[in-house]
Amino acid sequence: MTHSPFTPGVAAARLEPEAYAENFADLHPALDDHEALVAADRCYFCHDAPCITACPTDIDIPLFIRQIATGTPDAAAKTILSQNIMGGMCARVCPTETLCEEACVREVAEGKPVLIGQLQRYATDHLQEQGLHPFSRAAVTGKTVAVVGAGPAGLSCAHRLAMLGHAVTVYDARPKPGGLNEYGIATYKTPDGFAQSEVDWLLKIGGITLEHGKALGRDMSLDQLQADHDAVFLGMGLGGVNALAVEGSDKSGVLDAVDFIADLRQASDVASLPVGRDVVVIGGGMTAVDAAVQAKLLGALNVTLAYRRGRDRMNASRFEQDLAASKGVRIMTHVVPRAVHGNGSVREIEFEYVNDDMTGTGETVRLAADQVLRAIGQTLTGDGMPTLEQGKIAVTGAGRTSLEGVWAGGDCALGGDDLTVTAVAEGRDAAMDIHKTLMGAAG
Amino acid sequence: MADLTSEFVGIKSPNPFWLASAPPTDKEYNVRRAFEAGWGGVVWKTLGEAGPPVVNVNGPRYGAIFGADRRLLGLNNIELITDRPLEVNLQEIKAVKRDYPDRAMVVSLMVPCEEDPWARILPLVEETGADGVELNFGCPHGMSERGMGSAVGQVPEYIEMVTRWVKKHTRMPVIVKLTPNITDVRKPAAAAHAGGADAVSLINTINSITSVDLDLFSPEPTIDGKGAHGGYCGPAVKPIALNMVAEIARDPDLRGLPISGIGGVTTWKDAAEFLALGAGNVQVCTAAMTYGFKIVQEMISGLSEYLDDKQIGLDDLVGRAVPNVTDWNQLNLNYVTKARIDQASCISCGRCYAACEDTSHQAISMSEDRTFEVIDAECVACNLCVNVCPVDNCITMEELPMGATDARTGKPVEEYANWTTHPNNPAATAAE
Repeated sequence: MTHSPFTPGVAAARLEPEAYAENFADLHPALDDHEALVAADRCYFCHDAPCITACPTDIDIPLFIRQIATGTPDAAAKTILSQNIMGGMCARVCPTETLCEEACVREVAEGKPVLIGQLQRYATDHLQEQGLHPFSRAAVTGKTVAVVGAGPAGLSCAHRLAMLGHAVTVYDARPKPGGLNEYGIATYKTPDGFAQSEVDWLLKIGGITLEHGKALGRDMSLDQLQADHDAVFLGMGLGGVNALAVEGSDKSGVLDAVDFIADLRQASDVASLPVGRDVVVIGGGMTAVDAAVQAKLLGALNVTLAYRRGRDRMNASRFEQDLAASKGVRIMTHVVPRAVHGNGSVREIEFEYVNDDMTGTGETVRLAADQVLRAIGQTLTGDGMPTLEQGKIAVTGAGRTSLEGVWAGGDCALGGDDLTVTAVAEGRDAAMDIHKTLMGAAG
Repeated sequence: MADLTSEFVGIKSPNPFWLASAPPTDKEYNVRRAFEAGWGGVVWKTLGEAGPPVVNVNGPRYGAIFGADRRLLGLNNIELITDRPLEVNLQEIKAVKRDYPDRAMVVSLMVPCEEDPWARILPLVEETGADGVELNFGCPHGMSERGMGSAVGQVPEYIEMVTRWVKKHTRMPVIVKLTPNITDVRKPAAAAHAGGADAVSLINTINSITSVDLDLFSPEPTIDGKGAHGGYCGPAVKPIALNMVAEIARDPDLRGLPISGIGGVTTWKDAAEFLALGAGNVQVCTAAMTYGFKIVQEMISGLSEYLDDKQIGLDDLVGRAVPNVTDWNQLNLNYVTKARIDQASCISCGRCYAACEDTSHQAISMSEDRTFEVIDAECVACNLCVNVCPVDNCITMEELPMGATDARTGKPVEEYANWTTHPNNPAATAAE
């Protein structure tokens, strides 16, 4: 420990080395066999279960839990993965508290839902740790499909297409596959290289070629992809970050939260990552919480999450907000940044208090800040896209864009709620639609 | 605090909770611990003849079935009677009884089906100062293959004969322990009664295979790849035991024959149910083997509180439910109830709907917003929805008042009438 949380400015190694391992360990340690049985026993096996309805990928949750309870976790995993090929990641990152577990009748009855997310992880881990891939490819169709983006939407689409017998090439701008699973999620939600091992496992289906370092608009055009393939799926996510349009936002120390998170995920030793003594994160979504919590875990003394509306309007779930609070993050609401102060580097950030209708109150407040992390939304980048709407690719049905033969899903497409699980569902559904289109009535 | 002092066939104990003849009562060390914990009495684990004792298997003796969270619901065993020398057991019985004179000390016995062995062993037991003997005519494994245990208990003539010998050779009260592995428990009970038994105790364990090892293809517990049936006990057998106790208690020919109730007694409530069905006391084994001797403290406090609440004494409870145990043909066919779902406590799991729709009478409707309601015109009041509902008291059965119309039959609710006078009964006798 070269520095301490009190060290002024931006510094690495603020904590004892062992503190990092503890801080960035699994948020929800895996259930052991007995815990899984106990948790599974709590499921009532509801009729037409509300949890299934609440799951964007419609996993048959009561069935897979019953399969766990009867000692067949691999069968449970197949139930999960047949609906959601990234069931392992979703078990870790889904805001279950606003999806399946919120709908669980035991949440309604007792405020204690069945631990659906952790049970899902138990089953999928059990299967994947054995290296088993329970799906196989249909006869090769001779059709080829280009998938842009190796994130949840793209890989889900690619897997389903490959399973149906098509040849798929996945293009991704980054050096590693996984998209936000690899670059955009807090380390403590998916430690130990899970994102990569899940991709490796997913690719065991065969028939999928990965091409890295290929960005749409930079290294290839949509026209060319369409010419070279029978269909194209766009799932490249949102590459741009909304700017902080205030005076002084170009000062050093003002960073994108997504880059901060990506650096953490890619760091071989998180202790080497510099973090401010006073950190202010601007935003109210999952990215903002992931950045704020991790800044705190890196040893920042004061971390403030500043959001323009009330807590009830934050995109981050109540669980995420409470997690942030429990780690020592201060959540400030009804504040809008007005100026970044400092001499070259940021020293303070000035906010104005605003009313619910976003009108200013004239009251301002200044916070000490060595780092300001922007988490105020991302934007679609690239030219030659299909028709956009509200800054995203407009889609109808199962991801059909304005261009014939081009589908889209995940964060770059309009609709959905920008969750991993939604992206997986959209990729899967687009794949089924592509398949139907390519194979005609016979499909 | 209610007085739980119990007197059963003249044997006094500070409470009606005895430990049954079984591993917990096999030796002095255990029994002293049991008495220290507060048990009212014990039935010492079955003694055999003098001479080389029986041997037990050296692999697993128990198999089990579990509920949620590995809660033990049923236990099966292939253990035999005591495998310790007779003299050792007798010395220990004497020592314990001397130190705990206020506790019931009953000794379980099983010797060959001849008069001499019984005549030889009874004086030895008497000499210990024990309060009584229990004849083990129930053990269903191992000993039964040698003509003892349930091999005797399954032949009423043998029961009567042996009971008569025992009564002839001892002044001690004699309790005959009955096996449930028969078709009509009243027959062996009557035989014991005829032989002069002071009481019967039931049930002994039930022939069982608890599970099959699906890799070895062998019953559990598995001994070197093979398994034999064992005796089943624990909470799972309680309903069977209650019925058998009640059958004896309500039999006109056996009325007044004291019963020691055994079979899955795990809590004070189980004990109270046995007592209400006519048992004068209860014997416990599996619950103690699962949780240890301390559970008797809950049984004592629970039964005491219940008696205080009801403002009745222990003797008032014994047999109190017996008059209400009847035959099916005496049940009131004009008693009409309908299921009622309390919407405030319903958690919309839909289990009642699935059960009724798939397996019963299609008498529950489900709306778009998952509201479940009973369709009176279809509800036969089977109670399945009540049984599958995970919420206590969410679904209840409401009695239709006299004169109200049953929406299912369109007929008004009438006075009591049973099958014996029903028009559909070809053997019906005209109502008076």
